[in-house]
Amino acid sequence: MKETHDDNNTAQNHSPHPGSQPDVKLSYRASRILAIKELLTAKHVISTTELETAINSLKSRNPTDGAKVIARAWKDPSFKQRLIANSEVAISELGYALDQHTRLIVVENTAAIHNVIVCTLCSCYPISLLGPPPDWYKSFGYRSRVVKDPRSVIKEFGLLLDTKIELRVHDSTADIRYLVLPMQPTGTSKFHESELAELVTRDSMIGVSNPTLPKHRRSSD
Amino acid sequence: MKDSYKPDYRINDRVRIKNVYPQGHHRTPWFIKGKIGHIAAIYGKFLNPEQRAYGLDGCPKQALYRIQFKQKNVWVNYLGETQDTLCVDLYERWIERV
Repeated sequence: MKETHDDNNTAQNHSPHPGSQPDVKLSYRASRILAIKELLTAKHVISTTELETAINSLKSRNPTDGAKVIARAWKDPSFKQRLIANSEVAISELGYALDQHTRLIVVENTAAIHNVIVCTLCSCYPISLLGPPPDWYKSFGYRSRVVKDPRSVIKEFGLLLDTKIELRVHDSTADIRYLVLPMQPTGTSKFHESELAELVTRDSMIGVSNPTLPKHRRSSD
Repeated sequence: MKDSYKPDYRINDRVRIKNVYPQGHHRTPWFIKGKIGHIAAIYGKFLNPEQRAYGLDGCPKQALYRIQFKQKNVWVNYLGETQDTLCVDLYERWIERV
């Protein structure tokens, strides 16, 4: 359960306790995963404890971690520079670390370029900063459509992109994970870092939406 | 960029992705095979997934590049804008100079 190419990790979703047999009928893929898990533990390739530790570590991250990184980048231009130049060093300043097998590249949205992330081969995702990917990110529909018709896909997420902007899709087919640095919403220059972090959604760090101000905060400056 | 190797390609070099279909695991999506783009980033060397998929050690490491393509050059009927691009991370053995 590292940030590697696993296209199916549903076994634990079906089983309320590690190692217990669920009552519900499992899908083919879910039973296959369960069988592989049992074989790996029976043959001492990996222990149940190691497995649980890995799953817990995976689940311990969520998009609020990524949001803190983005908010810091908005607030501190030198941090933003470091984040784009060497994300690993920058995020370590906030206490975050990457999975040892991967690298993280932060791509910045500007007035001229809007970035969107996908893994067409499976579901590679910056788990270290966002936690496990949403189901739609892993779906065949998103993965196959966002590379060839990205403007329609992001429109379905509610994002209508200006026709003059370059829409840049990143297919993370290898060891690099991508995180989008969205543009800071206008009217938020006086916000505290923690207030800014609340505006940063998971989807905006994937690039299928933009952070927006909640209605009651609009026209504040 | 910790690796102190000399990459075969430089930023902005025009390259074509090999249009081959070898048996076994590889991480080059079908839609990018045979397409022409340019080197957008040089990432250094990584363990070769075409070996690691079979429990091998992944050595020698493979140089990895981010290659950027004009969407219009990838999809015949691309519905978006002319300036839209697609970036795919690809290993050196899949790349040839144009």
